[in-house]
Parts: sequence; structure tokens; C-alpha cells
Amino acid sequence: MNITLTVNGGEHTADVEPRRLLVDFLRSTVGLKGTHIGCDTTSCGVCTVLVDGTPVKSCTMFAVQANGRSITTVEGLKQNGDLSAIQKAFKEEHGLQCGFCTPAMMLVGTALIEENPDPSEDQIRWAISGNLCRCTGYINIVKAIMAAAETTREGASS
Amino acid sequence: MYPAKFDYLAPETLEEALSILHERGDEVKILAGGQSLIPMMKLRFASPPTLMDINRLPGLSRINRTNGTLEFDALVRHNDVVKSDAAKANHTVSRAAPWVADPIVRNLGTVAGSLAHHDPEGDWASVMLATGAELVLTSSDSQRTVKIDDFLVDMFTTNCLPNEMVTKVRVPAHSSRGGGDYQKLERKVGDYATVGVATSLELDEGGRVAKAGIALTSVFHHNLKVPEAEAALEGERPSDELFAEAANIASQVCDPASDVRGSAEYKRHVVDVFTRRGLAKSYETAKGGLT
Repeated sequence: MNITLTVNGGEHTADVEPRRLLVDFLRSTVGLKGTHIGCDTTSCGVCTVLVDGTPVKSCTMFAVQANGRSITTVEGLKQNGDLSAIQKAFKEEHGLQCGFCTPAMMLVGTALIEENPDPSEDQIRWAISGNLCRCTGYINIVKAIMAAAETTREGASS
Repeated sequence: MYPAKFDYLAPETLEEALSILHERGDEVKILAGGQSLIPMMKLRFASPPTLMDINRLPGLSRINRTNGTLEFDALVRHNDVVKSDAAKANHTVSRAAPWVADPIVRNLGTVAGSLAHHDPEGDWASVMLATGAELVLTSSDSQRTVKIDDFLVDMFTTNCLPNEMVTKVRVPAHSSRGGGDYQKLERKVGDYATVGVATSLELDEGGRVAKAGIALTSVFHHNLKVPEAEAALEGERPSDELFAEAANIASQVCDPASDVRGSAEYKRHVVDVFTRRGLAKSYETAKGGLT
């Protein structure tokens, strides 16, 4: 089946089998390896991407379902060649150790801040509760999302 | 992991979708949120020859509150319920919604799809059993309304015919003297319930229990409504002792299995504690409406 997806602003058309998973479409067909495959069973959340701005586990969606939709992966976070607020915050706050869960955490954080510019610690923990970090680095992940929200608010008001 | 090959259909109108079901319903599986179905297909527990994606059907994402009824269209996602003010009209529903799956799965998974899938460890079926919900099943030439008790046949089996689709889920709204709750124990966010207990209470003007609903998750081979415990409550004046009596009945009627989530004895104990807590919380809300 012929499908066209917008990935990080660019259109990608390909002929795919209906059973092709979105995560493999992104990694193999589009060639963006920042979206990871962890459990492959809808549990760990490392394959999370934004579909029309909403976090979705891309191991549990077929690429054909995303036909005509707009996908954001971690590669799409940078703005004008510069790291986004959340990417800078993860770097500053040491919000990653091995980095495997990081792309998903940053995308979930981005969607959260978009919806709620001033999230509490509880709200952040709630929002990332579908994403596992096996380095147990949650404290700094929460701090990073909190810091990104703050710089985003400051950026919006300046 | 990859599912077996399937044909993919993405109709753009409900009429088109129903006509596909009319012609070849036996071989078609409906794809709504897909958050249970796709993992099952990847594990090859399910291998439908044809998958019909209903996500492009327009106008099926509404939550309506009319005449004391809360109505969910076929494509209402769990997170739509979490965020909905209208959904607060039923306390059991609104308190259960944030405990379904995890925040990302809730973005796609649907209430109607969860009921149609009928995983015996799903949360929504217990909520619907406790609140007395009904479902609207639509085919190309007819429409019928089925009570949740009749809809759920057994694990992964419902009363929905191959040519039918669940188009609406209707839940009675709580009155001002009503309350409800959902208590859930899970090992981690997104895991199946170790134990789940849905409760619903309606009080009469004098403060006695006019109607009670109790249903359990993950402690039987399907979601279990407990009419014996409901009967013990109805007509009585709420008290800790009364709730303890109903909870004791629920813990005796259930039949949990010992597994990685805990021993049968432990789960039975949790049913007892959660039923008491759920009833107390439901009552807390309901008595606010007494004058």
C-alpha cells in the first residue's frame, strides 16, 4: 500500500505492507534511528513518537495508520539547527545516563509542556509513567522537564 | 515481532464500514485504538485475515451527556475520558479512567474497543458492570441495545455479531446522591490489575442505599459482577460494618489465581480491603448530595 507521511516536516512516500510497524518505517524506510525499539510489547515506551503532536508507541501502530499524518521523532526536536529547550535541559540537568529511553522521554516532555506550560512534579511523573528508564534516572529526567518548561515559559514571555 | 499478513481497509464513512462487515464480517477484525489487538497480533495470538481501521470515520469521538446518561462514541479514547468534564457525571467512570493502561496507551486505546476486545483483566468491563452500562451495536440493517451483563459472554468473547460494530457505550449518570470509585492495584503503571474493584452507590432521600454496584477485575476468569454483595447493601443504611459485610462477600465470591502478581490468598484479601475502601469513597461522594 502506498502511503505518505510527514516526518519532522518532510514528506516521505513509500509502498509498504500493511503489517509494517510505524517504528520500523521510521528506522528503516526513513532511516531515522533515534526512535528506539525496546520491549516491542507496548510496555516500555522507548519507541514513543508524536503523531499530530500526541505521544504514541510506534511499535503498536502500523505505518498505514499514520498515512497522511505528521510525525515528530527526536531528530525533529532541534530548531534552526539549535537544540530545543528540552534537549538543552536534558543536557544541563544530566537527564540521561545510557540514553536509550531519552528520545521518548524528551518527546513526552515536549508534548506535556505544549499542553501544560507549568507542570508540577507530580504531573511530570504522571506524564512519563508510560516510559521506563532502566538506569533509574527519573529524578534528573523530572528535573530536566521542569527546567525545560521554565525556559519555554521565559522564552514565550520575553 | 510481526503479525501474520492481513488485508488493510480504511473506510471513510460508517455506512462503508458497516457494509464491509455485512459482506465479510467473519474475516474482519475492527481496529480502533489497537493497543490490545496489535500486541496480540504481533504475538500471533490473533491473525485476522482483514483489519478494518475505523480511525478515519468522522464524528465518532464525542462524549455526550443527555437525560441522565453519559454516552461514549466508538472512538472515544481513554484519555478523552480522563480530560472530559462531562464524564465526571459518573464517578466510577471518571475515577477509573486515569488507571487504564499508561498515559501513552491512553492516547490511542478506546473505551468501546476495550469492551469489544474483552480482555478478562481489562478495567472498563468492571466499571460498566458496576454502573449498569449498555452498548449500542450497529449493523448495516439494524441497531440494538445490549446490557453490559449480556454483552460480555466470556474472556475475549462478546455478544457482538460479525456484522455488528459497537457504536456507543451508555453509562447512567450518577444523581446528586450518587457516588462511585475504582480501586486498582498494579505492579507498575500499565500492567494489568493485580486486583481492581469498581463500586457505585445511589442513595435514597433518607440516606439508605437505593442501588449498589460492585464488580471485580483480575480475580476471576472474567470481570465479575457481585450481585450477592450488591443485595447486601441495597435498602440498608451505609456504615463501615455494612461495607465490611459486602466486602467480605466479594472476597468469598471471587476466585483469584496465584500467579506472578500474587497468591490467591493475597488477592482475596486485597478484594476485601479495596471493596471496603471503594464503597467508603463512593459513599463519601454520594452523601454530599443528601439534604
